[in-house]
Amino acid sequence: MRREGSPWRGLGVVVLKELSDHLTSARMRVLEWLVVLTALAAVYAAITQVRNVTAEDPFLFLRLFTTSRDPLPSFVSFLGFLVPLMAIGLGFDAVNGEHNHRTLSRILSQPIYRDALLFGKFLAGLATLSISLIALWLLVIGLGLIMLGVPPGGEEMARAMIFLLVTIAYAGVWLALAMLFSVVFRSPATAALVTLGLWLFLTVIWPALAPGIAEAFLPADNQALLVTGAQMLARLSPSTLFGETVLALLDPSTRTLGPVYLSQLQGAVMGAPLPLGESVLIAWPQIVGLVAATIILFVAGYVAFQRQEVRA
Amino acid sequence: MNKYVIEASGLTKRYGTSTVVDHISFDVASGEIFGVLGPNGAGKTTTILMLLGLCDISEGKVRVLDHDPVREPLAVKRRVGYLPDSVGFYDHLSAADNLHYTARLIGIALGEREKRIEAALARVRLEDVADKRVATFSRGMRQRLGLAEIIMKDVQVAILDEPTNGLDPQASVEFLELIRSLKSAGVTILLSSHLLDRVQNVCDRVALFNAGKIALMGTVAELGSQVLGGGFAVEVEAEQGPHLALRLGAIPGVRGVEEPAEGHFRLLCDRDVRPEAAAEVVAAGARLKRLAFDQPSLETIYTRYFQSVKPGEARHAA
Ligand SMILES: Nc1ncnc2c1ncn2[C@@H]1O[C@H](COP(=O)(O)OP(=O)(O)O)[C@@H](O)[C@H]1O
Ligand SMILES: [Mg+2]
Repeated sequence: MRREGSPWRGLGVVVLKELSDHLTSARMRVLEWLVVLTALAAVYAAITQVRNVTAEDPFLFLRLFTTSRDPLPSFVSFLGFLVPLMAIGLGFDAVNGEHNHRTLSRILSQPIYRDALLFGKFLAGLATLSISLIALWLLVIGLGLIMLGVPPGGEEMARAMIFLLVTIAYAGVWLALAMLFSVVFRSPATAALVTLGLWLFLTVIWPALAPGIAEAFLPADNQALLVTGAQMLARLSPSTLFGETVLALLDPSTRTLGPVYLSQLQGAVMGAPLPLGESVLIAWPQIVGLVAATIILFVAGYVAFQRQEVRA
Repeated sequence: MNKYVIEASGLTKRYGTSTVVDHISFDVASGEIFGVLGPNGAGKTTTILMLLGLCDISEGKVRVLDHDPVREPLAVKRRVGYLPDSVGFYDHLSAADNLHYTARLIGIALGEREKRIEAALARVRLEDVADKRVATFSRGMRQRLGLAEIIMKDVQVAILDEPTNGLDPQASVEFLELIRSLKSAGVTILLSSHLLDRVQNVCDRVALFNAGKIALMGTVAELGSQVLGGGFAVEVEAEQGPHLALRLGAIPGVRGVEEPAEGHFRLLCDRDVRPEAAAEVVAAGARLKRLAFDQPSLETIYTRYFQSVKPGEARHAA
């Protein structure tokens, strides 16, 4: 059965309204300050460290993102932790909030489809996250320029840029997850709690659990199989995918993300950087995985939303 | 142009095994106020949601303004205004900004928005608080803002779910007055309520719902004569004249005469027979002391109907 009219009618209107809500909300401001302050602390620490240690590194700028100095973790570790928090903060009450404020049936009685409302909310959330991340990214680059006193090379900029895009995709995964739960659970508090719980599980517990699970289900005598199996399981977590992608992008000497096979090392100079294209190729499955996870989670939320009762 | 703006036939909604709306059929004519009345849980909201295409139909057919709400929801929603039960607005936005958002969703041209929103807010007397955040609004103000949204939308049909729910009697009367003015502007109105007596005066026709079925449908007078044996009651008080009860009973249209007290008559009749009754009293040589006219109360009709019909036997009366 064909529905009459475009499912995207009203999409732009929803995006603009939600975006303006996000950008003016106190919640978003708190989250932004949290991210900016912690991230800048990490970068500052990294800069002082980098200045002391590596004098002649062709990828000095990338070190800003990855270097950690005790007791602070690196900038990317911070992002890996805080980006989900921001995304969940934006998405956990997207749909159930409309239910609870009894605005949903009124809005859906206007000539738009549910598609436009849900997708508009997702796009607005993603745009908000992108704006914050781009601002943060520019801040880091600017700080690096001032404090290191050398401009970044073209390839460094390209890598940093792709890193930015991947971070946005990573944010998209958590946003889509939070929105899915905002459809499934009528109470925003429950939705927030469940999403945060799942995030903690996937980020902290699952990677530690994966080797154990692999050992339990795979023959113990095949060491290579065990390692691969554990890695594959760990990759079910978006955090693992993000971490691996970042590793490949920001550390050009990364030659492989799986177990190292001798064949891959043949003719390779240990520690020599890969060209950008090959680094991207190494992380390609992970990047696709992140985007696919976003799409799958969004579609799940979409299906649930289409079947949902509008009445409060 | 079709005479009916809403046509439902055999409309049914099931949740699992429970049938919430059970093969109901009704038509709403252009320009009338149609009341969907019945106790809580009777299936009124579910029926309304099916009319708007906001909820799947298990069985049956609906046409709203000659469109199918399932296949052409946008066409229906463009021409129909909906005021949900206890309507909500975005609390952090002002009344005008809330309407601006809806106006953009509807697709009202930029140049017209301001004008239409202002006019709509003035119609429901919210123009003074147009720039106040909705968070500060009372229940009645929110309800009126919802009506302003419908006025701004410039619709042909307005569907109002429990519009007087939660309003104090004064606000309730004012709101019904607004609904009447909407009707005189040419809008067809379908409203639901579980408070039968409160809305009976604004409705041209009503459908009395019970457990997912329409038990009775028609004008209040029709239902009265059907269920109570007389649609209207005329009270006559007169100083005793000869055979007054007989003479009053002989007036065409009078179905019965009760004499609850000496010199006090209660005529059950199909129409307003006050002129004839007055003439009879005078002709009988008695002195007329009081003449009063009562609409039957829907509440009474409803209760009486379900006393006379055992549950499960409720039939379509009209
Ligand atoms: N999603 C649902 N699943 C099962 N039953 C439902 C659902 N929604 C409503 N009902 C039932 O349908 C009946 C009619 O509800 P409703 O149309 O809201 O009644 P009204 O508006 O007349 O008070 C109620 O008994 C209610 O419990
Ligand atoms: Mg209801």
